[in-house]
Amino acid sequence: MSLLQVRNISKHFGRLVAVDDVSLVVQPGELRAVIGPNGAGKTTFFNLVSGFFPPTSGAIVFDGQDITRLSEHRRVEMGMARTFQITEIFPELTARENIRVAVEVAAGARLKPWLTHAAKRRVAARVDELLEMGGIAAMGDRLVGELSHGDQRATEIMMSLALNPRLLLLDEPTAGMGDQETYHVTKLIRRLHRDQKLSIVLIEHDMRVIFHLADRIMVLAEGSVLAEGTPDEIGKNEHVQAAYLGKAA
Amino acid sequence: MSAVPHAAAGVPANPATVLREHAFTLLVWLLLLTMPYWMGVIGGYTELASRVVIMGLAAMALNFLLGFTGVLSFGHAAYFGLGAYGVAMTIKYLVPSTPLALLVGVAVATLAAVVIGGLIRKMRGVYFAMVTIAFGQVFFFITFRWNNVTGGDDGLTGWRRIPLHLGFADVPLETSDKAFYYFALAIFAACVAVMAFILRSPFGRSLIAIRENERRARFLGIPVEQHIWISFVISAFFASAAGGLYALLNNFVDPRALRWDMSGNFVIMAVLGGMRSFWGPLIGAAIFVALQDYVSSQTENWMSFIGTFFILVVLFFPRGVLGLIKRRSAK
Repeated sequence: MSLLQVRNISKHFGRLVAVDDVSLVVQPGELRAVIGPNGAGKTTFFNLVSGFFPPTSGAIVFDGQDITRLSEHRRVEMGMARTFQITEIFPELTARENIRVAVEVAAGARLKPWLTHAAKRRVAARVDELLEMGGIAAMGDRLVGELSHGDQRATEIMMSLALNPRLLLLDEPTAGMGDQETYHVTKLIRRLHRDQKLSIVLIEHDMRVIFHLADRIMVLAEGSVLAEGTPDEIGKNEHVQAAYLGKAA
Repeated sequence: MSAVPHAAAGVPANPATVLREHAFTLLVWLLLLTMPYWMGVIGGYTELASRVVIMGLAAMALNFLLGFTGVLSFGHAAYFGLGAYGVAMTIKYLVPSTPLALLVGVAVATLAAVVIGGLIRKMRGVYFAMVTIAFGQVFFFITFRWNNVTGGDDGLTGWRRIPLHLGFADVPLETSDKAFYYFALAIFAACVAVMAFILRSPFGRSLIAIRENERRARFLGIPVEQHIWISFVISAFFASAAGGLYALLNNFVDPRALRWDMSGNFVIMAVLGGMRSFWGPLIGAAIFVALQDYVSSQTENWMSFIGTFFILVVLFFPRGVLGLIKRRSAK
């Protein structure tokens, strides 16, 4: 059974149609990229899937259950986590504290006035594990607002991972990064996908990243699906070249 | 009793910082425990010490919501005042018992906060602040107009705090200012300990997460409205305890205890002292109360002095007096 089914969703903002009749099916373990020129509706599409706002029409089914009207925190509980185009973290907490909040929520402790010693140990061990996996163990005790852009991004991805998601939505994870940082984050994503068999949907601008990572690619333009297929197919598609690269085919 | 979590204060946990925070906490408690004995030396009096502790509790209670959840309430005088009227009316009309009166006052105010918090939990920023003012003013006008029950503008007189009968001893709250100070300090200590405890808990960290970045918190699976609601109620609970003590301190309560400018005073105290630090609002309250007492004995326009001082602090030390001290000592 497919993990995520987006069925003909549209989003209108007044008279602007930001997303127009888009459908998408993601299989478990798949890494799917969503690309498209600026203003194509990629982030709006993500916001619909993650529950930031409801669609004007259409339906979203996650793991066999209709989640179209479900609140964002319920979707997180069901196993959907996301990151943002502009890194969203807790800047005045340390990287360790950032991840700790996520681990505690995932452990169902968000309302707890205290934790047992055993639970505290489990949380701390999980936090260490995630810091290690994200390659940020060395800066765990520094305020995350002071870290480099790449390390902040790694922190955010690890916070999402702390939620034990079955589907990870990454909105331009390498946006605004230099080559070194892009490489670092790309490697991290590939590891999550290959080693942990995590299903990932990813918006990306950097073509090298996408053709490296993605199993399949969906191309959006002006709110609707322009093309869909494997990286090879997309690379050869004339419509995509015309719309995305801005060249006359 | 312990300091606030470093995460809460926004400071990385290195051993020197931890030590400094523990030392600071110890200093605060030493000063509080001995306040009635040195207040006289610096020109104060025991009642003023009680006022510092009570206003400090109110400001710290507000700051639980403002500084540690990131939500500004401009109507906390409502819960402060409901606590105060609850105490006064219980002693005057129901039972002559100080602890029972405090329980009633806090219960009434907390109930009001549960209902109002539930109504406004989805609002943010200026809208939240405005609606909290509006609800505050509702309670102000009720006490102002309902003459034969609340005493209206003249306030509620004709009652006094009742001595405390413990099993083994009587505490002469009504005659000894010092006894009342230590009674107030005991309640202050219990409230502050619980607040510090909550802030160190997973729930407390979720509140700080909301303050830091509501969107991130939401997409980590925290139902933000629910957490803000609970934080609002906790904050109002402690503000009402302060209000109850305030009525007991004065043996009197009038509608100014729940007017909007009282809410503003709490916000000023919190910002003045430093709203990102646990003890900041207490320092702010001490400065505010001392200035109020001293300057108002010299001139009627004491508020303009506090206003000027407030503006200077906000302009030059946006993290408040305690924030400044912390930065200095960290260098």
